[in-house]
Amino acid sequence: MDIWVLLLTIGILFLSVFLASRGRSLAVASSVGGTRYLNSLPFYYGMLSALWALIPALVLLALWKLFDTSIIEHIVLSELPDDVSLDEPSQRGLILNQIYNLMSGQLSADAVPGYMNDAVHRILSLTSLADWLITILVVLAMVVLGGFSWWRIDPQLKARAQVENVFQFILLSCSSLAILTTIGIVMSVLWESLLFFHAVPFSDFLFGLEWSPQTAIRKDQVAGASSFGAVPLFTGTLLIAAVAMFVAVPTGLMSAIYLSEYAHKKVRAVVKPLLEILAGIPTVVYGFFAAITVAPFIRDAALAMGLDNYMAVTSESALAAGLVMGVMIIPFISSLSDDVINAVPQSLRDGALGLGATRSEVIKQVVIPAALPGIVGGVLLAVSRAIGETMIVVMAAGLSAKLTANPLDSVTTVTVQIVTLLVGDQEFDSPKTLAAFALGLMLFIVTLALNYIALHVVRKYREQYE
Amino acid sequence: MSNTNNDKPSTAELVEQSLRKRRAAEWRFQQFGKLSIAVGIVALIVLFVQIVGNGIGAFRQTYMHVQVEFNPDTLGIDDVTEDQLALANFDGVVRETLRELFPEVSGRREKRDLYSIASYDASFEIRDMLRDDPSLLGQTRDVVLLVDDDIDTYVKSFKAGDPYEDRLSEAQRERVDRLIEDGILQLHFNSNFFTSGDSAEPEQAGILGALLGSLFTLLVTGSLSFPIGVAAAIYLEEYARRNKFTDFIEVNINNLAAVPSVIFGLLGLAIFLNFFNMPRSIPLVGGLVLTLMTLPTIIISSRAAIKAVPPSIREAALGMGASKMQMILQHVLPLAMPGMLTGAIIGMAQALGETAPLLMIGMVAFIADIPGGITDPATVLPVQIFLWADSPERAFVERTSAAIMVLLAFLITMNTLAIWLRRRLERRW
Repeated sequence: MDIWVLLLTIGILFLSVFLASRGRSLAVASSVGGTRYLNSLPFYYGMLSALWALIPALVLLALWKLFDTSIIEHIVLSELPDDVSLDEPSQRGLILNQIYNLMSGQLSADAVPGYMNDAVHRILSLTSLADWLITILVVLAMVVLGGFSWWRIDPQLKARAQVENVFQFILLSCSSLAILTTIGIVMSVLWESLLFFHAVPFSDFLFGLEWSPQTAIRKDQVAGASSFGAVPLFTGTLLIAAVAMFVAVPTGLMSAIYLSEYAHKKVRAVVKPLLEILAGIPTVVYGFFAAITVAPFIRDAALAMGLDNYMAVTSESALAAGLVMGVMIIPFISSLSDDVINAVPQSLRDGALGLGATRSEVIKQVVIPAALPGIVGGVLLAVSRAIGETMIVVMAAGLSAKLTANPLDSVTTVTVQIVTLLVGDQEFDSPKTLAAFALGLMLFIVTLALNYIALHVVRKYREQYE
Repeated sequence: MSNTNNDKPSTAELVEQSLRKRRAAEWRFQQFGKLSIAVGIVALIVLFVQIVGNGIGAFRQTYMHVQVEFNPDTLGIDDVTEDQLALANFDGVVRETLRELFPEVSGRREKRDLYSIASYDASFEIRDMLRDDPSLLGQTRDVVLLVDDDIDTYVKSFKAGDPYEDRLSEAQRERVDRLIEDGILQLHFNSNFFTSGDSAEPEQAGILGALLGSLFTLLVTGSLSFPIGVAAAIYLEEYARRNKFTDFIEVNINNLAAVPSVIFGLLGLAIFLNFFNMPRSIPLVGGLVLTLMTLPTIIISSRAAIKAVPPSIREAALGMGASKMQMILQHVLPLAMPGMLTGAIIGMAQALGETAPLLMIGMVAFIADIPGGITDPATVLPVQIFLWADSPERAFVERTSAAIMVLLAFLITMNTLAIWLRRRLERRW
């Protein structure tokens, strides 16, 4: 049975249990003299029974769906003829793959041994059996549990309190999802990273100066030994982030100062949203812009100035990616600085102005120092964003892992390598793909630390004037 | 004047002297502020001008208006049945048509050059016409056929007055110039761009597949992240006591909002694909990953909206005998809804533009089919842009820009909607 039909059935049963129980509570109420003698409104009696029926059914269904495929696969594989060896996990995967290809018609029935065709039939019949079984189980559970709580309805039953407890529990689980996500990130990234560090020593990864993650695809293949020294990636990331900050911090900060201290209200009302458009543009658009327009422009300019005599000038450059990334971050810095500048009390400004300072002196000597912790926090958040930015650097900064400080050269970053290592076909037991997770771990730790410090600084600062 | 000591200027003079400097500094400071704003706005304008300038051409496409003879001899069939259609030589018909336009062309290389004017798609168009109307067999009809992307690029640049000639041979250019003069090659609205999926041939490539993929992905993201985000916000604002656990949840949410998106891709890859064995490249998985990514944004904005509802409303509801849940569902939630919706729309706009995490769960595959549901392999608009941006053909540059224009149009619409909602439904207590 189709999953949607099953969900529809569950929905209909939910509704009917609700209506039946609500009706019964009304009937009960009329026998004791009206709904006001009930503990709760009829709606809550209906809801309580319906939830009693629904929640176990959904849990059952979820667990079933989680495990049914692997159980069916296990059964089918155990019934294969004895001469088919299944000792190695890769062998199992291969056979399963063939069976599924046969099922989807990508493989013709004549091209495979006969037992495979039997296996396909077996899978189909087991799947339909499993679907029927779960349908019956779910419907049965809903009818029994719904019926039980229908029967339990009584004027003394505290239906509202119970429904609200369930409700509160659901709310709590929703907010705990943030913790689950964090745990999920840490577990998944950490696990694969540990596998990686099993193959490549931690110190080689952290301090190695050469990054060339090409490994032999087959075991007997001759290939250059791959090396996983991540220092070139770290320097590349820092180089691009530095360029971006060099653009974004002064422009963002000055824009915020001008808009909050000097600009006319009307100008501010127009300019601020205009700048914020920059933050809403997808990064892939910036990447395209950097690759198609900015990078060639920078290269041509550098060639025209004859810079290629002194340093490498390439068509993909750290400068192009960094400049465009800086533009992307301007509104981020400006809106955060705007907040903290506005939080500086007017009395401080008035005091300084009263002493005869010009407005720029007030800003430079009073407002900025007062707002500095908040601004630093904002800049740290922006740095973490620049380090984690992916698409602009993927499209505009190149792939070659070079240890260079020349912004006209092509460099590669941590995020670029994560993407390039994981896009396309991959095996999960090779250090090449696991390296991506190790890089992800580094990125996660660094950005987490930056965010934590930044949030802490911003929060501590904000409390100062409240 | 009491200024007897001439070596030392008076305080007033000192002030007068320094005042000029200070005013100049003031002026410079203000100019620097204006300059910074100008940098941002100029960058925005350059970006838009570049994208629109590059992409506007993709909305028009070159077609050739020719007379095609559905010659049974050339086709090699005598009857229109599915079997015969599968065997028929439609390429031959297209070639014959082109040969009739230029009877003087001879030699294999020259002929191949000539045939390359038509798109691969042309023969399929002819097949579909014949399938729809079998009586065409043996007749001659006026037909509009798609041309190859190189010709298309040349025709567009020719009409713009600055012919781009790199990809065409001398003879080919002369032929195309003649076809333009004869009115055989014409530019029309490129409906193909909006009605077909991805293709390796630029002239056939469209964005419908990616658009629907984005739609399905957002559908999953929206239907999960909005209710979950609102529920989490209600818990944190209305139920949670201040203790270590809720502090921990809060710190987590704030941190998750600033985790790089590529990390969410790693999470999706490890959990949904490797652990739960879900298929690659499907909107369901993409939507789940984006849900986890947008949840913090939605929770934070929903909390702000709930916080903005004044306590007097809560107290009044509780005072009338409402339970806490009734108070929340019937009073707080409706009043906070506009703010929540605004936050949700902004979160969805972010999700719509997100690329990096989707690359990791395989949405970067080449998919020419139009997806029909959340479990069909699909790609999304930003990823399509990324894929096209990587294509070497020049004709893809304008298509990439055009796809960006469509994406930006959606984003601007969503953000305008959010602003409009906020203005319209904003309430001051």
